[in-house]
Amino acid sequence: MSYLDKDALKVVGTRPIRPDGVDKVTGRANFGADMTMPGMLWGKIKRSPHAHARIVSINTDKALTLPGVKAVTTRADFPDIPPEKRVLGAAPANLWDLSRNCMAKGKVLYEGHAVAAVAAVSPAIAEQALDLIEVEYEVLPHIMDVEAAMAPDAPILHDDIFTAGIEPRPTKPSNIAKVVRFAKGDVEAGFREADVIIERRYTTKPVHQAYIEPHACLVSVAPDGQTTIWSSSQGQFMVRGYTSRIVGADIANIRAIPAEIGGGFGGKTIVYLEPLAYMLSKKSGRPVKMVMNREEVFRATGPTSGAVVEVKIGAKKDGRITAAQTVLKYQSGAFPGSPVQQGCICGLAVYDLPNALTIGYDVLCNRPKVAAYRAPGAPIGSFGVESAMDELAHELGIDPLKLREINGAKNGTKAAHGPTWVNIGYQQTLEATKAHAHLKTSLGPNQGRGIASGYWHNAGGESSAACHVNEDGTVTVTEGHPDIGGSRASMAMMVAEVLGVPFETVRPVVGDTTAIGFSASTGGSRVTFAGGMAVTQAAQKVVEELKKRAAITWDISPDAVEWKDGKAYPAGANAGSFEPLDLTAIAGKSARTGGPISAEVQINAQGQGPGFATHICDVEVDKETGQVKILRYTAIQDVGRAIHPSYVEGQMQGGVAQGVGWALNEEYIYDKDGKLENPGFLDYRVPVASDMPMIETVMVEVPNPRHPFGARGVGEVPIVPPMAAVANAIADAIGVRLRDLPMSPPRVLAALDQVEPMRQAAE
Amino acid sequence: MPNLSFTAPTTVDEAVRMLAGGAGLAKPLSGGTDLLVQLRSGRMRPEAIVDIKRIPGLIGIREEAGEFVIGAATPGVMLSAHKAFEHAWPGIVEGADLIGSQQIQGRASLAGNLCNASPAADSVPAMIAARATCVIAGPNGRRTAPVEAIVIGPGRTSLEKGEFIVEFHVPKPKPHQSDAYLRFIPRTEMDIAVVGCGVNVTLDGNGVCTDARVVLGAVAPTQVIVEDAAKALIGHRLDEITNAALDAAAQRACKPITDKRGTIEYRTKVAGVLARRAAKLAFERAGAR
Ligand SMILES: Cc1cc2nc3c(=O)[nH]c(=O)nc-3n(C[C@H](O)[C@H](O)[C@H](O)COP(=O)(O)OP(=O)(O)OC[C@H]3O[C@@H](n4cnc5c(N)ncnc54)[C@H](O)[C@@H]3O)c2cc1C
Repeated sequence: MSYLDKDALKVVGTRPIRPDGVDKVTGRANFGADMTMPGMLWGKIKRSPHAHARIVSINTDKALTLPGVKAVTTRADFPDIPPEKRVLGAAPANLWDLSRNCMAKGKVLYEGHAVAAVAAVSPAIAEQALDLIEVEYEVLPHIMDVEAAMAPDAPILHDDIFTAGIEPRPTKPSNIAKVVRFAKGDVEAGFREADVIIERRYTTKPVHQAYIEPHACLVSVAPDGQTTIWSSSQGQFMVRGYTSRIVGADIANIRAIPAEIGGGFGGKTIVYLEPLAYMLSKKSGRPVKMVMNREEVFRATGPTSGAVVEVKIGAKKDGRITAAQTVLKYQSGAFPGSPVQQGCICGLAVYDLPNALTIGYDVLCNRPKVAAYRAPGAPIGSFGVESAMDELAHELGIDPLKLREINGAKNGTKAAHGPTWVNIGYQQTLEATKAHAHLKTSLGPNQGRGIASGYWHNAGGESSAACHVNEDGTVTVTEGHPDIGGSRASMAMMVAEVLGVPFETVRPVVGDTTAIGFSASTGGSRVTFAGGMAVTQAAQKVVEELKKRAAITWDISPDAVEWKDGKAYPAGANAGSFEPLDLTAIAGKSARTGGPISAEVQINAQGQGPGFATHICDVEVDKETGQVKILRYTAIQDVGRAIHPSYVEGQMQGGVAQGVGWALNEEYIYDKDGKLENPGFLDYRVPVASDMPMIETVMVEVPNPRHPFGARGVGEVPIVPPMAAVANAIADAIGVRLRDLPMSPPRVLAALDQVEPMRQAAE
Repeated sequence: MPNLSFTAPTTVDEAVRMLAGGAGLAKPLSGGTDLLVQLRSGRMRPEAIVDIKRIPGLIGIREEAGEFVIGAATPGVMLSAHKAFEHAWPGIVEGADLIGSQQIQGRASLAGNLCNASPAADSVPAMIAARATCVIAGPNGRRTAPVEAIVIGPGRTSLEKGEFIVEFHVPKPKPHQSDAYLRFIPRTEMDIAVVGCGVNVTLDGNGVCTDARVVLGAVAPTQVIVEDAAKALIGHRLDEITNAALDAAAQRACKPITDKRGTIEYRTKVAGVLARRAAKLAFERAGAR
């Protein structure tokens, strides 16, 4: 059954208060660091001061003799993971890399890489013990930047990594872990047909997900191995699975309980602390709590890649693109696994390209291993493509929006990476952009306007859900995904809609790993899609059961019962004449009709709808200081169907805010030894509230027919267009194109200073 | 922090005794918005903390003999709420007001901002530009010093062991005298000045500058009084030529470093820009009086 007819909906599409809202605004919600246990110890991590070094020796004797210290762990306690055990289920991580990221083996690969951990009766004693751990290093040359790391004579991070994806297999190890390539048609021929060719190089810096809540966990390992993990993450099943492999324990012995999460944005889809806390707890026999400080978060947890993006686009005078080519070089940090493939795909996916080629390089360097960050990889490639589209529009003398209308992907377009689009809403976002009042306002001096589009494929995958009708007729819904963006509200709304009951009578719960079946992590904008599909199916099963119970009560056939507005009715006069039965009535008598009424559903959701967005940004540039002010911002997005419109708008605004930070000020500053100089929010500048105007949102609804309510993922695509939208607006304002992020005041001023003398000379 | 003593004396003498008493590092505590942060990060490891806020007079503003007397620990909110002071020295108030957020403003003081000895401290340039002085109590009694004599380098002050600032004296403005403070930060708030500039000017009835002080922050190890900038202003209206001379003088006075907050080149340029913009504000204000 589908619920695509919007007018027939009573709950979905409204804006109730989120079930977790009161707890969060009153400070009652329990986040990762809020759990304590009797007898608990505090764990702290000894980290590498070097960007790249061989570990000659680690001596923990002195630390162990410090009164109050109960355990010390080093790499020696962690098992090697054989090749066949390095991947678990459908999870993306290479667990052997992750294991060595959690605790260095042989070499440290970035400043902040963990080399040992201590558990003590107080945080102060644990800190003191860290100073007593003696680590001898042989410092090695380090490499920070992507093209330097690709050079043939670059210092090599891993001598067992040979570039994958090229034939024949290389014989020399390389920092290029992988090459990916997608092609369509013949780009050379396409470029020959072009009247105009734009060929540009863009660069981006690694940026952190900048969640407010630092990583935190509490782990208790009993003598028989039974383990409980409380932690804040994007997936309790991920925590359980990854930890089990890294420490060498059976999954059945681990129960992972999800805390509330204070932001993740992809950065909490892997583990850092849990395996170390596990080892310390196992060795000490006591629960161990670990909480990172902000500095550790910056030094040791995942940013997304810094990158070089080379874009070449050819077009006819009328604006039709004849060929497009991108070469993307992404930093992966200390271990392979940058999101370069998504960058390759997403940048070009917006357009209908007769000929296309994209090549991506996954490149190691002595920085923290990158972690997923909101639409991983896509914003980087799109910054290049969407900037180049603007440059092309300028060159052709065609309005940038028009250029996108001419070349934008439509239903039936075959994307460069393979699929043929169905039910996509990109053109609809362009129409809504064209119609928006924002475009009709005029601009003052030093002000400019930019537009940019973006794509994210969204995800489906494995989800479980349970729907329990309680004795009083209220409903409990259990899902297996941590609620990051308001998904509890959405889940409860979909269930309330299916059951025909008020939203307030449905309580959603994020279950621990023993309370609900396996569910993949919250990520890829998958939860409202996949989790929503699972809860909808569970609720539908419950409806079937409720009809059956009414049929038993009335002694008629279940086929003769109809479920409407939260009640069972006899279906037509032939079925007999009975008073309708609501949930309360049926639940109260469930013992007499067959027992508790519940349904649990496990699915591997397919058919997530792709997400497209187009953004409009106005800026004003202070030409004397280089400061860029965002004057107005409008985000237009195909959201499929907004289950809870406020939380969809919130996702769109959040993505824009993060994108604006990426565009304007966020960057890591390393000294010449590869040590991070700005590991805090004072000098790692995410936007503050007063930096942002109210971000206007336009939700275009092109329902995804593969979801019962038409939902598509909405959380990630809004971070894709902002960097180019801002760069395009700056170029419009001052006539100078910035191709390197961040477009911070010194960079903007330097760019202005470069062109001003030329302009004056020309005048 | 194994041995950290905390006291909150109620007299100046007592406070001096506690600060001078021990062998280790003893720190006065005003609002704590720098000190506590440094304590927690481990950058500062004092043995004694002496909270001076309970000493009568340390919090509050009074007018006395043609001067404003500001208790050393007076928080930012009280400064901006004092109508007469705000009217007299809008530049000092706007500098102090830039410090942190609402929460920080409830605590952050002028003495703390000064004695933390950051070249980027936001309240200091306008205080120096206004020729403010401070009263310092110590084991040898009290002494007075101009504000610019306190900071001698990043994190270092000229205060001797046992000394602390009790109050600031700020003269009342002369006719047609006013001030302004501007800072440049990459964001709109919650940031540290890349450059700060305080300008204090006195005009004659025709808008010609008769006296001036231009003070830059964050462009050298300490705040810089730019004598050449004052010279560029005195005897002139704020016209294009004066502005150019002011800009150049400010740029020449810069001895910045390249660090995570800005490059030498950038700081130098922006110092000139801010000097011009702050002067414009100060001239407008002074002219309007
Ligand atoms: C979130 C945040 C934002 C901030 N933003 C800004 C900003 O925008 N601009 C800015 O300039 N600063 C900023 N600061 C720094 C700080 O708030 C200011 O420097 C503030 O004025 C310090 O005052 P305080 O009273 O809190 O000082 P405290 O922390 O109490 O003291 C600071 C130092 O001065 C010494 N000291 C205090 N009182 C005396 C005294 N009477 N005599 C001698 N020594 C004394 C202390 O021992 C200590 O070394 C910020 C701080 C935070 C936490």
